[in-house]
Amino acid sequence: MNPLNELTCLELVDLVTEYFEGALAVAQRARFEAHLEQCRHCRRYVEQLRRTISTLGELKAEEIPRHVRDELLKTFRGWKRRG
Amino acid sequence: MLQVSQAAPPAAFEPDTGEHSLLEMLRDGNEQGFALLVEKYHGAMVRLARAYVREPALAEEVVQEAWLGVLRGLAGFEGRSSLRTWVFRIVVNRARTTARREARSLSFTDAFGDAAENREPLFDPGSFQHPLAPGHWTEPVKAWGRSPEDQVLEAEALAAVETAVEALPPVQRAVITLRDIEGWDAAETCNALGLSEVHQRVLLHRARTRVRRALERYFDRDGA
Repeated sequence: MNPLNELTCLELVDLVTEYFEGALAVAQRARFEAHLEQCRHCRRYVEQLRRTISTLGELKAEEIPRHVRDELLKTFRGWKRRG
Repeated sequence: MLQVSQAAPPAAFEPDTGEHSLLEMLRDGNEQGFALLVEKYHGAMVRLARAYVREPALAEEVVQEAWLGVLRGLAGFEGRSSLRTWVFRIVVNRARTTARREARSLSFTDAFGDAAENREPLFDPGSFQHPLAPGHWTEPVKAWGRSPEDQVLEAEALAAVETAVEALPPVQRAVITLRDIEGWDAAETCNALGLSEVHQRVLLHRARTRVRRALERYFDRDGA
């Protein structure tokens, strides 16, 4: 590949979300992957981002406190009566 | 009335109850349908409200109001979006209104908007100034130490991620909450938050980059 056409690391980190989202044009995607193949730092960076995303997916929503749930159900009954 | 609604088939109470049957149940005034919806979405709704509203108790209030809005709007809901998208859009609208009021009372000038979303650079200046190859990493990207299976480490990493999310500007926080914490796709996230596809992606990019940075700092401090 023409070296002038190669991505820098700076460009790669800027494109990574588009890469994950499948939003890169074919040629750009090829340049992205070509850079990854030869740059272990960027491979590591991309790997870390994937791990970041999967860690985000492990954050749990707080469970709804009992009294809040009961209050909402009471509201629901009131709504139904007026319904 | 009550008898009819309680006679719904047991299958309808499985956790994966489809939106369609949930909607039917709600319109029938079926309390278990509502309870199911609350179990399913309340936590995520609070999480989303917290993206906009700083005071946790206020965010809770926002969500309670949103539930009222859901009940009031149910009859007019036409199903042009999914039930979930519609519910979360109600949360966003209430949260924004409340956040504006909150910002005025705390005299924040710029509660949200592009300026707040884009103020800080994503990388330290000088991160990509390799002397022999400009635009390449100046310093090697460091490994993140031990395996994700390490339970204590994982709990701490989770806490670091949570803190990093809390520090994000509101709309970035809303986007990463729906996309990566709740696992929504891009289209539904755009729909719920009223963002274009491109804008959503830019905000997601900035948010993820920042959260990765926070994890990097965590591992750096920890694993040196």
